[in-house]
This record gives sequence, structure tokens and C-alpha cells, in this order.
Amino acid sequence: MATIYIPSLMRDLTGGKEIIHIEGADMRQIIANLETAYPGFKQRLLEEGTQRIKPNIAVMIDGRNARRILLDKVNEDSEIHFLPAISGGI
Amino acid sequence: MSKKVHVQTTINGEAVDFLCEPRNSLLEVLRDDLDLTGAKEGCNNGNCGACNVIMDGRLVNSCCVLGVEADGCEITTIEGIGSAANLHPLQQKFLEHAALQCGICTPGFIVSAKALLDENPNPSEDEVRYWLAGNLCRCTGYDKIVRAVLDARNGA
Amino acid sequence: MSQNGHKVIGTRPIRHDGVDKVTGRAIYGADIQLTGLLHGAIKRSPHPHARIKNIDTSRAEAHPGVRAVVTAHDLPQIADKLADLGEAIVNLRDASNNVLAYGKVLYKGHAVSGVAAINLHVAQEAVELIDVEYEVLPHVTGVLEAMEDGAPILHEDMKTTSMGEETDKVSNVANHFQHKMGEPDDGFAEADVVIEREFTTQTVHQGYIETHNATAHWNEEGQLTIWTSTQGAFSVRDQMSEILQMPVSKVKIVPLEIGGGFGGKISVYLDPVAALLSKRTGHPVKMTMTRDEVFEGTGPTPGSYLKVKMGATSDGRLTAATAYMAYEAGAYPGSPVGAGAGCIFTPYDIPNVQIDGYDVCVNKPKTNAYRAPGATNAAYATETVVDEISEKLGVDPLEFRVKNGAKEGTRRADGPVHPRIGCIETTEAALNSEHYRSSLAKSGNGKVRGRGVASGYWFNFNGGRSAISVSINPDGTINMLEGSTDIGGTRASIAMQLAETIGLEATDIKPYVVDTDSIGYTDVTGGSRTTFGTGYAAHATGQALIREMKERASKLWDVPADAIDFEDGVFSYRDDAEKRGSFKELASQAGDAGGPVVAQVSTNPDGSGGGAFATHVVDVEIDRETGKVDILRYTAVQDAGTAIHPSYVEGQMQGGVVQGIGWGLNEEYIYNDEGSMTNASFLDYRMPTTLDLPMIETIIVEVPNESHPYGVRGVGEVPIVPPPAALANAIYDATGVRLRDLPMSPPRVQKALAENGG
Repeated sequence: MATIYIPSLMRDLTGGKEIIHIEGADMRQIIANLETAYPGFKQRLLEEGTQRIKPNIAVMIDGRNARRILLDKVNEDSEIHFLPAISGGI
Repeated sequence: MSKKVHVQTTINGEAVDFLCEPRNSLLEVLRDDLDLTGAKEGCNNGNCGACNVIMDGRLVNSCCVLGVEADGCEITTIEGIGSAANLHPLQQKFLEHAALQCGICTPGFIVSAKALLDENPNPSEDEVRYWLAGNLCRCTGYDKIVRAVLDARNGA
Repeated sequence: MSQNGHKVIGTRPIRHDGVDKVTGRAIYGADIQLTGLLHGAIKRSPHPHARIKNIDTSRAEAHPGVRAVVTAHDLPQIADKLADLGEAIVNLRDASNNVLAYGKVLYKGHAVSGVAAINLHVAQEAVELIDVEYEVLPHVTGVLEAMEDGAPILHEDMKTTSMGEETDKVSNVANHFQHKMGEPDDGFAEADVVIEREFTTQTVHQGYIETHNATAHWNEEGQLTIWTSTQGAFSVRDQMSEILQMPVSKVKIVPLEIGGGFGGKISVYLDPVAALLSKRTGHPVKMTMTRDEVFEGTGPTPGSYLKVKMGATSDGRLTAATAYMAYEAGAYPGSPVGAGAGCIFTPYDIPNVQIDGYDVCVNKPKTNAYRAPGATNAAYATETVVDEISEKLGVDPLEFRVKNGAKEGTRRADGPVHPRIGCIETTEAALNSEHYRSSLAKSGNGKVRGRGVASGYWFNFNGGRSAISVSINPDGTINMLEGSTDIGGTRASIAMQLAETIGLEATDIKPYVVDTDSIGYTDVTGGSRTTFGTGYAAHATGQALIREMKERASKLWDVPADAIDFEDGVFSYRDDAEKRGSFKELASQAGDAGGPVVAQVSTNPDGSGGGAFATHVVDVEIDRETGKVDILRYTAVQDAGTAIHPSYVEGQMQGGVVQGIGWGLNEEYIYNDEGSMTNASFLDYRMPTTLDLPMIETIIVEVPNESHPYGVRGVGEVPIVPPPAALANAIYDATGVRLRDLPMSPPRVQKALAENGG
């Protein structure tokens, strides 16, 4: 199972848990399973009615930026982080 | 718009006549009317040196000279300093030392440095730094520019 | 042959575009001339915050020589929508309103109207004839004041968001985020030394010498072409498409040479206005900014307030750190506080960290990226506190940094784990440098001297999208088309990677930066990505060419392609030593075996751009009477991964250092009580000149980036990060007084010395 690091400001959804483990072969599955286990993540992470991550949030899988359409593969030992996207950061 | 004035000059060794409004700067005339766009506008008030040209042997900011003031004057612009086939030693040294990054200030620096070497063929680093303080470069930190000018000195 | 077995990489060839640039022939944005060209100018707000009651353009339109006047009402009104334009997240409504104010002006210099006329002077006269009626509103320009309850509100509908969640509080705080790792309270409890300090920095500008420009032609078929100098032609295309609500296929951007960017030439300002004026008149319209317009009407980098607390044990181990970071976004949300937060403690291995970041709107121009955006502000705070802790512990500040340095496997405060990085190697190289080991002689003229050090980090963005298209000439040279605009020698650094891959000389490659209709999508020249990302594409292109040339050789020699080797620039058939030829030799015949040889490659590498670390050492001399700080010696050490063209790596380091010195010692937007910048010229906004500086010594460390075939790390941004902190630490060493407010300009230094008896 992949290891998900929950940002401090989203830990209200996980009852304070910082690290959780979720099954999923790609990011879409991870987010779907995350939503099942801890409802509310979809609304925080995805653009309404889409499978796209909100533009102001960045998903990092093992230290690299995932694509916003969330088709990136996730390994059993992957680490996933949700960060504020860097705006103006060029 | 006021009436245009007829101005006769020598630019880069060739006789050049032009008409300009009294309010046009020499920089505007060079760039917009004479297609000499090597002189650049960085500030239009004499603080950056990107528009440097040599006028009757003196280094000037062409943004602070009126076109009409050029009447009867001899002007050297970057285009007159060297060509691809016949680079001036300063141009060659700027290339060898990687003394440019974006390159927008480069014509001004080369014109300015030429005016320095014309006056003082063997300046010290301090003299080079003092002379070039009227030219702003935001990319290089000046290190390689100063080295290029020092390397272009006579006998260097 | 250079080091590491490379033939081209690590050498210092003359850049391909060099001759054009030293002879004045290179065509920059403002140099373009077109038939029937009109000239545009912008009417700007004199107020920092006001409601636009009415705009009357009739007097301007009646002025002889004026051809058109436009306002925000000529722009499509677009939804409040975030878009990912290249690598920047942009709210399209804000982007549109920043181009031409709609309803309200939010800063002095905010564009309200545009004019096209037969020449620039007439356009400028017409600007004065546009009558705008304002209802002036209270303004706020300081970040802390803007956060207070009761502060004038810039956006009545803006509520603070927090990791995807919108709160119900209307505020100038657009966003709050937090990174938390471990338990900082516990970490501080373990510490023997705890230092907590507050810092402020002021708004500074990128200061590129070329002002913004755009020339637009909207032809009768509805095709819009824009000639401009930009860091990203495709980003401009996308912004135009969104702001003007037209298909990308109707927009072509022709990138001309760019006179500096540093992050500030990505957002569009003039381009949509020039396009509207061209559409209205049927003529091409050129617009260029004056220098004061650049200061007041483009995107500087923010002023900020930071509070940093760090703790260490008596044996010199950092145990905890917290940071409160409030950055000015300017008129619209989107400061680089997120990037700053990702960098603030990153050179260190600290088990317990909390970082709170606030993005705050104020009545100043919408901030934009500036070289390692957000990181310099952050490092000013952290690196000064680290200096203080080292001093309290009685340890050498560089030894302390080595001991606590981040390395492969160290977890960053924002979560991810570092891959192979050169943080400790860079610090050690500074520690062992001749400069640091030398002793600083006393001043003989009554002035005081001191030495300071500081480190810095910048992410370097992942490679991003890059496309390269090549064709081989029969003489074995290669035309290389690319979409990355060249701000500082990247034609050379990219061409060199292609040359290395296929065994040619750098001069055999002819690189061209082409328009958006002529090459695949390429992300901006920014984020220190170009030599990494487009270089990655160049390497892939080389590989594609080698495969193709093997196919051609297979036909020419009538042998199987998979029995052909390519080594040291020579193709050879394994079973017959006679059948061999260099790339050039084969190129002359290859066209006979299947038409011209071409290749097109696009890449978007998964791996990291390779985090960049720098450590700087500076010696200063201070005149107590005037407060002036002179720099006696400066050494910058940086991990470049692999330096493709070392001269241009050094140049990036030196240029970044000097921008950092300007930020540290002099540069700032000075505002009066009316919210107006009072120093919007190069005379009064004092950037460093030759006379202010010594040579800038450089030490390049090379810890290869595992994500790039040649080990490249981005180098452009991190060198601006350490200088203000290094200078503050040097000033302390000289005077015993710590300065925690930028810039450390003569009046401020003099005042601090007088107040503290330093």
C-alpha cells in the first residue's frame, strides 16, 4: 500500500492522522480509495466534477510532481504528498 | 506635431541626412528612422547606458541627446565598431569571456569601453570599473565584462 | 577533451548567437519594424486603490493622429477560473483585470486604457486626454497591515482558502498553508539554544534592462501574430488565448531576443492591449514600456514579514524550527510564499518543523517570479538565525551547516525526501576554499571589516515539456529548432548536449529559437529548467538521430542495423572494419538512403530538476559614519550537477550574486503615504554598478543529478538566495550589530549602528 502524508491542514479529515496507507495502482484509484476511507478529500483535492487536481494543489509521488490528470502510476512503496502548488514560482 | 528639421550628420563614417521633430531624441532617430537598432532603450533618462554612442569623440547617452543636436556631428554606433567578418578586439573578447548573457546591454558596454580605450589604452581595473559605472547590466554581475575589457587593452 | 570523458560538455565554445549580440544586429522585441506600424501607449492609475466611475475617451479619440482607444470593456469578461499556464497557476479573471483594470484599480500604475496612434509621442499625448473619474478608496501597502481586521479590502469577494478549503472570512489573506513534520514543541524542549527573530524585506524588481514590449498584428482572417520578448512563447500564446477567448490555433507568438527576464517576463501585460488595438485599426501595433512603467506596472517580487525560530542542542544539532511567513501578493493572489516555504529550512536536516505561509493582497503591483522566487526572503531569515546559533554554540558557522546539512534521504519539511544532492559537498567546498581559509586583514582607514557566510536552496523544477526538431545538412551540420527562449546562453548549452550525444562539435549545431507554429509545446525558460529540460530533449534527439543514422548506414552498407555500433562519434559495422564512418561522413550520403534525415522529439522527464544548493562567503568593509557597506571579496560555491558550459554557469552564479547584493544593500520600492512608489527610475532604484563590486569568485561543485543523462542540475536561480543573509552576517561580524530588515542600505546601517553602539 502506498503511504500518504496528510498535510496538517487536511488532518481534520483523518482524525488527526498524519500518515495513512491506501491501496491503488494510480492516483485516481488512490484518491477514490482515500475518499472512501476518509470522506471529504475529493472535494478538497479535485476540481468539481472532474478527475483533475485543483490547480492550487500539487501532488508529489516519490518526490516528483504528478500530472494533474492523475494518471501517474503508484507503487506499493510509493510516498505521496499533497502540497500547495507553487504559484509565481518560476 | 511640430515641423521636422533637416539634420546632416556622419554616422559610422558615412554622410547621413535625416528629418526629425525637435522633440525626437537621437536614440529615437537612430532606432526608428535609420534602422540602427543596436543602441537600446533601457531607461530613456541616461541611467543605464544601453543607448551609448560616441559623438564627436565623446561618449553620450543617445536618449539624452536630441536628434537636432547631432547636426554637423560625427557619430559612431555599435554597428560602426565592427562587423561579423571584422570584429573589434572588444567584441572578440566579450565573446571569448562570455561577457554577455541576455545581450541587451552589450552594445552599450562595447561602445562605452571603446570610448574608454580610445582615451586611455591601458586602464587599470579600477579605471575600467569607474568608467563603466554608467552602464547597467543585470545578468552578469559585471565580472566577465570587466575581464573582457581588461583583456582587450593594448598590450594585454 | 574536458573532464569526465566528455568531448563537448565542460568546454567553453563561443555561443552561437554571440556575434549578433556583440555587433548590435540581434533583434530584440522593441527592434522590430513592420509596414504600417502604429504605436501604442497605456493610461495608468494615479491611485493605489480606487473605483473607476467612468472613463471618457472622446478627447483622446479626437486627437489628431490617434487611431484607436481601448479599455477593459473591450476585453471579454471571463470567469473566476484558475488555469495552469505552463508552470504558473493563474487566475484568468485576475490576469485579464491586471491587463486592463475592470471596476477597480488596485495599485498605482494599474493599466486602465490603451491608445494606438501614428507615433509614440502622439499616443502619449492622447493618454493625457483620457479622462478617468475615480472614487478613491483607502489603501494598504504593508503585509502585516493588510492582514489586520479592518484593513482596506482589495477584493470584496475574496475569502481565505486553506489547502483546497475556503473559509467564510473575507480578507486580504488569499491563502494560508502549513507544513508540519514531527513536534516542534518537543524539539525546542530538547534544545539548549533557541533563537527566535523577526525579519522584513521590501518589494524589489527583477530589473532586466530591456523593458516589456509587444507588437501585435490581428489580420483580416482573424489570425493574431505577436512579436515579443518573453520567457515562454507558448505561455504567452495560452495567456492570449484565455484572456482574449480565442482558439490557440489563431494565435502565433514569435519570440524575439529577450533582454533579461529573471521570472518577470512570463505574464503578459501589453500583449492583449496591442492585440485589441490592432484588431480595431487593422494595423500592426507596437507597444513598449517606459522604465517607470516597468517598475510600477509589472510584477516585482514581494516584500515580506518572517518570524523564524530555531533550536539546537549544545553539541550542535538542530532539533526544531518554525517559521511564520507572510508575503505580499500584490494586487491579486499568488505570491511566491509557497516556494519560499519549500526552501526556508531545506539545506538542513531538522526533525521537527512547522511552517505557516500566508499569501496576502496589498495595493501594489501583482508580484511575479524573481529568480528563486520566495527563497531569498526566506534564507535571509533562516541563515541569519543559523549564524546566531552557531555563534552562541561557539562553532564555525560552516562546520555547523555541514553537521546539520541535508543529504540524500533527508526529509524536507514539506514532505518529500531529497534525492542525491550536493548540499554538504557545497558547504564543504566553501569551508575549504582559499577565501574562507584566508584571514581578513584589518582595515587601515578607520573602517571596520567582517566576514559572513550563508547557504541557500532552490528546487529547480522538474524538466517540463520541451520539443526539438532537427534536420541534418549534407555537410554534417545540424539545424536545431527549439522553443526555449535564450536569455543567457541556452542555445549553446542545449546545442552542446546534442553535439556531445552525436559526436559533433558545438559549432556544428545551428540552434534556432522559433515561433509557436514551428515547434512543439515548450514550457517557459524558468525554474532553472532549460539546460536540464530542453537539454534532456536534446540528448533524446541525439539518440533518435543515432538510431536513424544506423538505419541509413545499414542500407548504405547493406548490413543489419543492429550490428552497427556508435562510439566516439563513429558508426561502425561490427564484422567489417572497412564499413565505418563518422556522423559527418555518413551525413553526406545518408540522404541517398531514404530522403533527408530529420528528427523530432518531445520530452517531459519524470525525474527531478535536481535541487540546487549554494554557499557564499563575503568580506565587507563598513564606514560607520555613512553606513555604507563595501564588498571586498565574494566567493560563491554551488552544485551545478554537471556544468555544460562552465563560463555560463559562472555567469549565472555571478549575476545571481550581484542581484542578491543589490537586494541586500540597496534595492527597494519606496512608498509614500499616498501609496505611490517614489523611486521608479534607475537613478533612484539603485541597482549595483561595476563600481560597487569586486570580481565575483566562483567554485563549481559537480554532484551529478541522477535524473539527467549528463547529470545537469539547474543553476540559474539559487545564487540569488544567500547574498542578503551572508551580508547581514558579515555586517554583524564587523560591527556586532544584527540587521534584520532589508535593504541594509547606508541610512539603515548607520541608524542601526548608532542605536546599538556598534
